[in-house]
Amino acid sequence: MSKIDFSKYETKGFYDEMFAATQEVRPNYELFKKRLEKLSRNKLEFLQHATDRAQLSLGMTFNVYSDNKGVERILHLDIIPRIVSGPDWDLLAKGLEQRIVALNMFIDDIYNDQKALKDKIIPRDLVLSSAGYLKECIGLKPPENVWSHISGTDLIRDGEGNFHVLEDNLRCPSGVSYMLENREILKRTFPELFEKLHVRPVHDYSHYLRDMLESLTQEYPATIAVLTPGTYNSAYFEHAYLAQQMGAELVEGRDLVVKNSFVYMITTKGLQKVDVIYRRVDDDFLDPLVFNKDSLLGTPGLFEAYLKGNVVLVNAPGAGVADDKAVYAYIPRLIKYYMGEDVLLPNIKTYICAEEQDLGYVIENIGKLVVKQTDGSGGYGMLIGPHASKKEIEEFTIKVKNNPRNYIAQPMVNLSRVPTMTEDTIEGRHVDLRPYVLYGKNIKIIPGALTRVALTKGSLVVNSSQGGGSKDTWVLDNK
Amino acid sequence: MLSRVANTMYWMNRYIERAENYARFMDVNFNLALESPSETIEQWKPLVVITGDWPLYESLYQKVNKKQVIYFLGFDPKNPNSIYNCITNARENARAIRPELTKEVWEQINSIYFFVCKGLEKKRWKSDDPRSFFKKIREDCQLLYGIFDATISRNDGWHFGKIGQLLERADKTSRVIDVKYHILLTNTEAVGTPLDLMQWAALLKSVSAYDMYRKKYGKLTALNISEFLILDKTFPRSMLCCLIHAEQSLHAITGNSGGFSTSAEKQLGKLKSELEFAEIADIFNSGLHEYIDGFQQRLNVISTHFYNSFFTTQIEQIQQ
Repeated sequence: MSKIDFSKYETKGFYDEMFAATQEVRPNYELFKKRLEKLSRNKLEFLQHATDRAQLSLGMTFNVYSDNKGVERILHLDIIPRIVSGPDWDLLAKGLEQRIVALNMFIDDIYNDQKALKDKIIPRDLVLSSAGYLKECIGLKPPENVWSHISGTDLIRDGEGNFHVLEDNLRCPSGVSYMLENREILKRTFPELFEKLHVRPVHDYSHYLRDMLESLTQEYPATIAVLTPGTYNSAYFEHAYLAQQMGAELVEGRDLVVKNSFVYMITTKGLQKVDVIYRRVDDDFLDPLVFNKDSLLGTPGLFEAYLKGNVVLVNAPGAGVADDKAVYAYIPRLIKYYMGEDVLLPNIKTYICAEEQDLGYVIENIGKLVVKQTDGSGGYGMLIGPHASKKEIEEFTIKVKNNPRNYIAQPMVNLSRVPTMTEDTIEGRHVDLRPYVLYGKNIKIIPGALTRVALTKGSLVVNSSQGGGSKDTWVLDNK
Repeated sequence: MLSRVANTMYWMNRYIERAENYARFMDVNFNLALESPSETIEQWKPLVVITGDWPLYESLYQKVNKKQVIYFLGFDPKNPNSIYNCITNARENARAIRPELTKEVWEQINSIYFFVCKGLEKKRWKSDDPRSFFKKIREDCQLLYGIFDATISRNDGWHFGKIGQLLERADKTSRVIDVKYHILLTNTEAVGTPLDLMQWAALLKSVSAYDMYRKKYGKLTALNISEFLILDKTFPRSMLCCLIHAEQSLHAITGNSGGFSTSAEKQLGKLKSELEFAEIADIFNSGLHEYIDGFQQRLNVISTHFYNSFFTTQIEQIQQ
């Protein structure tokens, strides 16, 4: 039986997380490579299938929005991990911390003093026209002045191996349950590696999450609830998982009622007050009295109870103002403005179509650029110029010209690659990295992340709704 | 606990119990076929009739035969009570209350679900001997009860689940007894014959009551078998025994040691007491089939009172 053999593996000019060059393994992957080379292809496939089965059994499934009800899929977990060295991680963590502090200062500023607008650090129109901006939040002071308590920054590594921030995801980032469960599954796949490698643990995430949520209220003991849109939501597994891991109540909008501006759960023994809600329902759907009137997912009166300080919503409504992809372009400047520091984790160069000069450049060079909707997510509503057909490019050009505020463009970045199981061999596939940041009284960054991988050969789109899978991310405890 | 969660826990357990009992219904006929003289024709219609879904069956299918009935009761996505649908609903319920369950319970429900889906995909009703499929359903459900009891705290959720299971079980045991009535409708001369007793024995076996019955009564008689399945206080599938334990769980939830503070307790307590003081001879004299019919209607009423007492999310009805 032939053993796994990396001698034919090619990096093809991309930054490869495992190999510095063809045949030259990076130190953080040395042990892993040795271990893999002892396995036969059959054994490796067996281990891969076992992870698929484990995911099904655990119910780590989701429905894709366009599918008919009943079609369940798993987010494919590739068993070859993404291994990050300790020093690399520590640098990343510093950059994330700087960024989340500045972003929260920015959001707080926008809804209160608007100093950054007065000082013309960022154009007023751009901020106030952002889809995530909620005028209802003007004057709001959330606990600890933190708006985005839970964020999941999307990072990518370019051809030179430098990390960049792609998106900040300050509203309801998902995927942390996959970070946690992927680890549990991989521990069973490669137990002996975990004994030798000193991978930093992630399992205490739910513990920190609960601590953070409790720290936002004076009530003791606090009643904490996770608000889910329900079992048909594609991230439902995660909502249930986090509620269960934290020992919190998993509620839907219809389980809650607001009386005298307090929020209660409807229980078999009457009404019970709720103190903190980790809501996984978008701003628009939280409260039909204030936002989307047709929403059946929310609870009437919830926002008023929040404004009166009788319940804590996590994340705060309105935090999405800083998730706008045009606002994103200004974040390095905002870091300098609020903190007097240079940005540690750079952005990707971003052209703002709302600005005339940039628009001209984008239209001229659209075939070389990646164009994104400023309020888009999930890999929808974007154009990858170098991979697009002539017709797609023409259609997108018209869209951009008609509504420039709605678009930004970035150069195409060749995301780094990690060896990944394919049908019959192991090949490099492009990945990104989503670590999770908790921000209450202080900041906690769990040493781990969701690595999303574009499973289709050559693809740069890692989103689960578009053929992406995931990998476990091992942060080593080396110096 | 959340009213929605309590309701879901109750229904999840009802659905699992229903699926298991439908698998037992199949056993009634498999057992009859084994024990009857070879010239007797297998009767499949009574099985559909006792489930209460005969009108639906008639509207969907022209003929009554073994494969069609097995499909209808076991796999039919159009039959809301088919084993396939019960298991699918139970699993959806389990998903909705996942934080109330243990990993072990969830994984077992999930595993039953995948098994049933595979059965549908592989068209198991067409196989010559579909018994192994239904045997596996029964065993898997019983394994689930075991895991449920061995891993879940005796909190309100557990008790709501128990009540759902026991009310469903009481109803289904009553329906198994009723099979006899529907078979007899076609052959009234059989009463008291060896064939008659063989049929009773088949019913006992389908609710796993044969051994415990033998131990208590020794001889097979229609009167004793009915008494055992309706009025026995200790056999876990008898109608009365189910009500006794359902009432205990209900008291555990309300904190009452007797009497009632909710209409659900009142209705359940009344029905239980009536069975406690009933005599089998009286039941036979007034008509066994009519008695069972009335019992099932009373269970439906209790179920409605349950909803109003604990599960409603209508604010006006919630006690402060």
